[in-house]
Amino acid sequence: MDSKVKFSAAYLPSEELVCRELEGELIIVPLVAGMGDMEDELFTLNETGRAMWEKLDGKKSLKAVAEELAAEYEAPEGEIEKDVIGLAEELIKRKMIVEAPQK
Amino acid sequence: MGNKDSYTVKVRGDEVANRKGNTTALDSLDIELTERCNNNCIHCYINLPADDHHAQKKELSKGEIQEILQEAVSLGCLTVRFTGGEPLVREDFEDLYIFARKLGLRVALVTNATLVTPALAKVFAHTPPLMPIEITLYGMRRNTYEAITRVPGSFKAAWKGIHLLLEYQVPFVVTGVLLPPNREEVEEFESWASTIPWMDTAPSYTLLLDLRARRDSAEKNVLIKGLRPSPEDVVTFLSRRQEKYLKEMKEFCSKFIRLQGNNIFSCGAGIRGGCIDAYGHLQPCILLRHPDTVYNLKKGSLKGALTKFFPKIRQMKAENPDYLTRCAHCFLKGLCEQCPAWSWMEHGTLDTPVDYLCEVAHAQARAFGLLAEGERAWQIEHWEERIKNFIDTTHSSQHAKEVCNGLKGQI
Repeated sequence: MDSKVKFSAAYLPSEELVCRELEGELIIVPLVAGMGDMEDELFTLNETGRAMWEKLDGKKSLKAVAEELAAEYEAPEGEIEKDVIGLAEELIKRKMIVEAPQK
Repeated sequence: MGNKDSYTVKVRGDEVANRKGNTTALDSLDIELTERCNNNCIHCYINLPADDHHAQKKELSKGEIQEILQEAVSLGCLTVRFTGGEPLVREDFEDLYIFARKLGLRVALVTNATLVTPALAKVFAHTPPLMPIEITLYGMRRNTYEAITRVPGSFKAAWKGIHLLLEYQVPFVVTGVLLPPNREEVEEFESWASTIPWMDTAPSYTLLLDLRARRDSAEKNVLIKGLRPSPEDVVTFLSRRQEKYLKEMKEFCSKFIRLQGNNIFSCGAGIRGGCIDAYGHLQPCILLRHPDTVYNLKKGSLKGALTKFFPKIRQMKAENPDYLTRCAHCFLKGLCEQCPAWSWMEHGTLDTPVDYLCEVAHAQARAFGLLAEGERAWQIEHWEERIKNFIDTTHSSQHAKEVCNGLKGQI
């Protein structure tokens, strides 16, 4: 798998996890071994991560995600881009998102 | 927004389960996939023969279990425990397991490990349960193990299953059942258990032995009662790690010792959880099968049981005069296993004191210096002072030894 983040590409959650909302908290439940470091590890996202995660629909590019977030949070685009790339790098490393097939 | 060191936060499954608030209707669910088992253990509270086709026909179908799992997830359930009987005797076990995992459930599997195949070990390795598999091991040698399971070849099969899980790096823990055939193997068992990579504490044991939860065999109940350790043996066994035992019991007493009054439910049974038997009846706990406390899921929903039926039965009050005299006024209630399930198994009621449990609790209390020989806990007026003294006393290593050893002599 290509672990380098493509800013112009769209990503979507991997089919090898289940995303659940429990009491307002987003919980990522791995379906396959290797996402976590421990045998019983689940994941949740911090506020920044969650806002970005919810926009990863396999259609919008990371660039479009960053632009939307910058507008919504009235934050400098450069800072948001850094966040989006940081999260994507982390999620790709854990095999939690995959690049959407190009149409 | 702003750059963060990490956007994903790793959490252990138990942390998520424990930090959840009270807004979900269901946290965890036990499902007894079958009462059938390929072992025939001398002490078992539930097992039916693996080839009991009558029982098999009555069991919930795969589709029915899948529907239940879907409803459980919609109610917020994070953990499902597959137990039995032996869950792996069901031919559709793997399908149910994968289905549950794909719903985003953690699966806690309770098994004797004898039916673990290389194919199943591979499934667990690829799609981990997210909870260590719990294996009950009955002995370290063939003669002791099979004196309990009464099935030739079961010892070899269990160890084969265990080695497969080790080979495929599937996390598991082991638990024991203290029985006459394996009592001499405790140290050996614990020593081996400490080598299991996923065991971070000593194995837990079943000590007090439940009677048949379906009240279906008076003969077997006689046998089970005969296998139970005496109250004195229970204290001796529990206090074998003296300092740790005393520390834990002080913490326990500081939190849970109080009078229960006439409420018969003092545990968490039926609160955001429950157990479904092999035929679709939801029970507040795995042992409590009294008809008044069981909800037929084929005629209702999990949500209905959890939000209406269970809260109602948890309000039940004891009426038995013996219970009202003894248990309702007993400050050892927190130490004692007395509960509606035990009352059901022993007496067929919900509120009859179980003498064996009473004696075990009194033996422990004497060991802690809470009671003198001949005293009955429900007759003690200033019991709070005794608890305070016990909790406040600093037990040095030597003192701890004296408490446990010396008081063992008086019980």
